[in-house]
Amino acid sequence: MTQNTPISLRNRNRRRWLIESGCLAAVGLIGLSRKSQAAGSKIRVGMTPAFLHDQHKLLREWSDYMAASLQRPVEFIQRDSYRETMDLLRLEKLEFAWICDYPFLHLKQEVRLLAVPLYRGRPYYSSYLIVRKDNTRVNSIGDLAGSVFAYADPYSNTGYLSPRYHIRQVGRDPATFFRKTFFTWSHRKVVEAVASGLAHGGAVDSYIWDTLAHVEPALAARTRVVWRSAEYGFPPFVSHHSVAADQFQLMQRHLLDMSRNDAGRRLLEHMYLDGFIVGSPALYDGVAHMMRAFGET
Amino acid sequence: MRWLFNLSFRHKIPLWTSFLIGFSILVVSAALMTRAYDDMKRAVVISADNLAHTLANTVAPTLLHDDTWRAFEIVRSPLRAELARTPVQVDAVVVLGRDLKVFVSSEPDTLPMLSEAATLGDDWKQLSAQLSAPKATTWPLVLEPDNSSYLYLALPVTDKDAQLGHMVLRYSKSVFHPWFIDTIWQALGIGLLVLAVLIPINWYWGGRMATPLVDLAQRMGMMPAAVPQPLPPDLYPYDDELGQMFKAYDRMVLALRDKAALENQMVKSERLAAIGQLTAGIAHEINNPLAGLITSVDTLRLQRDLDPRALRHLDLVDRGLTQIRDTVAALLVQTRVQARPLNQHDLEDIHTLIQPQVAKRRIRLDWSAAMPAELPAPASLVRQILINLLLNAVQAAAEDGHVSLWLGRKDDSGSCLSMVVRNDGTLLDEEQLAHLFEPFASTRSGGHGLGLWVTYQIVTQLEGRIAARNIDGQVEFVVNLPLGETSCSTASA
Repeated sequence: MTQNTPISLRNRNRRRWLIESGCLAAVGLIGLSRKSQAAGSKIRVGMTPAFLHDQHKLLREWSDYMAASLQRPVEFIQRDSYRETMDLLRLEKLEFAWICDYPFLHLKQEVRLLAVPLYRGRPYYSSYLIVRKDNTRVNSIGDLAGSVFAYADPYSNTGYLSPRYHIRQVGRDPATFFRKTFFTWSHRKVVEAVASGLAHGGAVDSYIWDTLAHVEPALAARTRVVWRSAEYGFPPFVSHHSVAADQFQLMQRHLLDMSRNDAGRRLLEHMYLDGFIVGSPALYDGVAHMMRAFGET
Repeated sequence: MRWLFNLSFRHKIPLWTSFLIGFSILVVSAALMTRAYDDMKRAVVISADNLAHTLANTVAPTLLHDDTWRAFEIVRSPLRAELARTPVQVDAVVVLGRDLKVFVSSEPDTLPMLSEAATLGDDWKQLSAQLSAPKATTWPLVLEPDNSSYLYLALPVTDKDAQLGHMVLRYSKSVFHPWFIDTIWQALGIGLLVLAVLIPINWYWGGRMATPLVDLAQRMGMMPAAVPQPLPPDLYPYDDELGQMFKAYDRMVLALRDKAALENQMVKSERLAAIGQLTAGIAHEINNPLAGLITSVDTLRLQRDLDPRALRHLDLVDRGLTQIRDTVAALLVQTRVQARPLNQHDLEDIHTLIQPQVAKRRIRLDWSAAMPAELPAPASLVRQILINLLLNAVQAAAEDGHVSLWLGRKDDSGSCLSMVVRNDGTLLDEEQLAHLFEPFASTRSGGHGLGLWVTYQIVTQLEGRIAARNIDGQVEFVVNLPLGETSCSTASA
């Protein structure tokens, strides 16, 4: 695969041309030399709101752990919306990122699948449709017609794409189905919006809601899941194409090995994850299908 | 109600002042509390205005971008947990769009978004009517609807010149009340504390002022019937009108007492003078025939042929007539005798003469006679006065008792000889004092009751004064005799 070719950041345009020319070996040599230059530089990892955003302490521990393991300084960069993280990736201000499956497909040309987390032993998650606990009137998406609805992020699968696809499947137009919709820019805040009564319903990442039920049971208990979507591939770790192959492998190895040592296991436990696998882009075919349904490629 | 005004000053002064203190505290507290309530409301409005400005500026971009969630986070930010319920704690924050529909509110349950403000109840109806008025009032708009437990403050949300909507803050007045009641309790506590301090002071001071007044009123109430006692000197030792009144009262009482004493003295003197005149008249009327009778008896006795029986009767008549003459002579005090001046030997004689009686009754005698060699006083009369008084004193004194004599010039004036005789016998009562110097007014059995009468007559004829009184548990007789032409002013020692 051409995508596996190690390429330096500055030579991206040239890289395209080289890929097309098939001069893989030469490029590989150049990439290796660039990589060795970058040996002591900082690794920048983007964290999207897919992850439980508030756990700053956990992120600090993870970045320390990652830095110790890779013997390189690591910086975790958080942004408030998927869009910003995606922009950072496009602008090559991140080497790696943990992003949602939907942005992954958007960025397919720029990033490479690095690893997929295992949640409850499997690399899958789904979308929950939630309403307030005391709202017993709503039992399906159809009951929410004409109400106020909270989406997580326009680049979220489970928080935007999947519920809209579901509305379309029941034969309605998601653009006019609700009286009003708004974005909270994070899954966790969707739960808050629904719990506070601001929105009558919301779409949320199953991993986030389930984890919240452990981390903040009081908040999660104020909402109720009325519909669960089909399973989608879990939000993956990706690397930018410009990341050198050895760096890619080092990082991949690091993630895959996390479940094999105590410190890693402890971190995974805190994130309610079981580990990482290499994964395959085919995991995300379901999302690609929905995107096509909305005319996106 | 009249009984209240008839109360004694002892109660009226403390009651009135207590009432006034309580009333003042109440009025001042009420004024302060009203002020506190207004201040609290003003503080709420100022705080609300600041908050509304900040929120309006922050929320403006979210209105522009229709970012409901950010707007929600902004309007929720000033709301705190239940614990921090202070009057300046905002109760709800609402952003109204240009169309006066709720864009977002901190209370989505009761103030849901997209609802028309006018449909949210009477308060909001009034508010939206005021907000939609063509010429809006000055900002901030503060609205306190009647029969509402809320206070509202509204500001426009603007971006540059364009008005995007309104920011409305709602404050719960029910939060005011417990806070205000706290203030009331505090004020009440301080008031009670002040009362607790002031009331005892006030009762003390009122009592202090009323006691002399009450005392005075009681004494003055006795007035026509009797002369009251003067007030105790330390009762009210101040110089204000009350003090001046007490002093005037004291002066009046003293004047009245002097007057009464003078009247008393005059009555006594007049009575004694009348008795003296009567006695002298009777004595003369008796003396004239008596002299003839005595002469006749003497003549009869000279006859030789009298039988022994007649002679015996004649002797009897003679003795009877002699006794009458002696008695009448005693009543008729004669002071115009030879006027030998008094000297020290006279006093020594008197001392010697009374010794047997003194010794017999084992009396302790104090003898204090400051006597120059000679004094221009009639010696025999002074001797008689002193012997009378001293023998009386020795008789009146208790067994093993005490008698004293003081003799000297009164007040060292030189014009007056003063003699003071005291004994520690039974004190004289009022009745005895009133009739002491009358004839046959003896205070003890065995006396003929003429001793003091004679003494009084001698002193009066010498233009002196004699007085008796009880002093320091003793009976005192004071005699003042003028030495020369000037008279002695008063009988008292």
